[in-house]
Amino acid sequence: MQQIISALLAIVLGVGVMLFYFYGSNWLLDTLLPDTRGAGGRYVSRQRQRTAIRPWLFVAPALIILTIYLVYPAIQTFFLSFFNRDSTDYIGLSNYRWALGDGEFLQSIGNNLLWLVVVPSASTALGLLIAVLADRVSWGTIAKSLIFMPMAISFVGASVIWKFVYDFRGPDATQIGLLNAVVVGLGGKPQAWITIPFWNNFFLMIILIWIQTGFAMVIFSAALRGVPEETLEAARIDGASEVQIFFRVMVPQIMSTILVVWTTITIVVLKVFDIVLAMTNGQWDTEVLANLMFDWMFRGGGDFGRGSTLAVVIMIAVIPIMIWNIRRFQQEEGLR
Amino acid sequence: MNAKIPGLNMTYGRLVTHLSLLLLVILWTLPVLGLFISSLRDKDQLIVSGWWTALRTTERNQFGRTGTADGQFERDGVYVIAGNFFKEGEHKTVKAYSDKQNDISAYRPGETITLADDSRFTLQEDGSYEWVSSEPFDLTRGKRFFFVAKIPPRFALDNYREVLTSEGIGQSFINTFTVTIPATIIPILIAAFAAYAFAWMRFPGRQLLFAVVVGLLVVPLQMSLIPLLRLYNNVGVAFGVAAKSYPGIWLAHTGFGLPLAIYLLRNYIGGLPRDIIESAQLDGASHFNIFTRLILPLSVPALASFAIFQFLWVWNDLLVALVFLGKRADQIVLTSKLRELLGSRGDNWEILTSSAFISIIVPLVVFFALQRYFVRGLLAGSVKGG
Repeated sequence: MQQIISALLAIVLGVGVMLFYFYGSNWLLDTLLPDTRGAGGRYVSRQRQRTAIRPWLFVAPALIILTIYLVYPAIQTFFLSFFNRDSTDYIGLSNYRWALGDGEFLQSIGNNLLWLVVVPSASTALGLLIAVLADRVSWGTIAKSLIFMPMAISFVGASVIWKFVYDFRGPDATQIGLLNAVVVGLGGKPQAWITIPFWNNFFLMIILIWIQTGFAMVIFSAALRGVPEETLEAARIDGASEVQIFFRVMVPQIMSTILVVWTTITIVVLKVFDIVLAMTNGQWDTEVLANLMFDWMFRGGGDFGRGSTLAVVIMIAVIPIMIWNIRRFQQEEGLR
Repeated sequence: MNAKIPGLNMTYGRLVTHLSLLLLVILWTLPVLGLFISSLRDKDQLIVSGWWTALRTTERNQFGRTGTADGQFERDGVYVIAGNFFKEGEHKTVKAYSDKQNDISAYRPGETITLADDSRFTLQEDGSYEWVSSEPFDLTRGKRFFFVAKIPPRFALDNYREVLTSEGIGQSFINTFTVTIPATIIPILIAAFAAYAFAWMRFPGRQLLFAVVVGLLVVPLQMSLIPLLRLYNNVGVAFGVAAKSYPGIWLAHTGFGLPLAIYLLRNYIGGLPRDIIESAQLDGASHFNIFTRLILPLSVPALASFAIFQFLWVWNDLLVALVFLGKRADQIVLTSKLRELLGSRGDNWEILTSSAFISIIVPLVVFFALQRYFVRGLLAGSVKGG
């Protein structure tokens, strides 16, 4: 209870301080740079100076926090990747050389590539399929709501949910995991799914696909509503089948949205961490970069050099998307 | 595909549409349903049968031990030991029983076994037994009888009671709230001011700075963790405060949430009609007044969108909590606790299912109640003009 009170106090204090800052700094600006009558009664307007300064008062808190929490750490991480475990000695490219020879790292790269191929494509395809299907039935809204629901569930919560689905008991016991029960019901042998190397990656990926499909679906659903009815009608008159209309008329028109969804999910995949940590912690050949990085942050008291190196590797993978994002944004601004 | 199905006012194509969507919806919801049902089940039943059989009566082979000679009494010239194998309120029934383990279904309840010493034993369906002998009993240890018990389905909140009290989930729930509320509200105001400046004020470097914000949107959290961990440790040592604290994580979440907040709000505020802002300026209103009196009230939908985003993100976060908060009982958040339970109580599904459900119930409620705003924010964040 006391904690909740202190949390509420923090809100009041935080909001209060910010209001005080914004109000105070604006007042200060108006007081320190007032319009005055100079010598000889000449009217001196300082409007222009105030206009030059005021925007900075508005953006300063945001810029300061962004600098401390994102910009400066990102730059420092880059430098730390050239230092040893406790950041005392410059060791050049040693960390990178270590990574290239490290089995876990290479396994992570392989697995990350697998995730990058499977998860965005599966989520995008399923999301698109569901968006199209749901638009055609009367209960589509409810269907979309239910498929969207996993978006609200944490990766750890989702991991518990799916670990229960994958649960394995010995071949003689009653299976309480849904998947094994189905397999046994169909006459197969129960398996400890998440311990079967290579294939277990897919069982982890299903969790992320389960979460991200709803996201893709919602975006596509909105985009499809923007497809002009005339184009569909024209195709129908020309005798196109529904499948043809989908691939030849709808998909090309929402191609840019598909790219946005694809890249957004790609970034989520690059950072995937919670699911692997909770399900296997990288055992049975399921290691991924983000989990390996977290591991090195604390392994044996923490190796900040190697941890930073792994973070930089993730960052390098994100950079193309980042540049594309900024470009796209600037193009849109040009159209504004 | 366009042929009508006889008897149904529907074409085959439409039927396929309905059925495939239904299948997908079932696939998506079944795992959550399983978790929820399991969390309400009796923990003994949970581990022996699948949750989809939860409504079915389960059968289990059990044994009971009779009373000893001390408990015997004399009735009509015979000696009797009587009692009940079931505890009060167990609601079990006996399906079959026997005095031999390998032949457990030999007798039906109510039938009498004549044992080797000519004593007679009868077990009733409700678990009560009577053991009758013409000679006084002299056993000091109860004899075992084996039976098949029928256990009716039982749903209760016992699992929830257990995790909330003895497993510390209740405390974690409060901790998560403690992290989430300030970490959701504090960034909003900061971002709103910055967003207004980016949208409606002229200053050198405006475009460039905003492009940086757009770039920061996708910078992986991992790039920040190590330097911030060092910074926090150094600050902790220098000022003699704890390196892992609630204010620390509030600020961290604020920092990580700001790019999206600024981006969303700037797009929204930038889309407000120019006229209202210019006419307010003509009336002599300052930017500060325009912002607080005009822009903030108009931006409530966008503020709500971001607030939901940030709330869900902070509530569901594991990585930031692992780095910036300790694992002590008064700091460990739900996600972190859940992951610990997965490691230490991996087979105790009664604990895992109920804990997981507690951790997802608040986001689910927020999500379903405010889905409209959430979707709007999602669209604004990824599709231009949404």
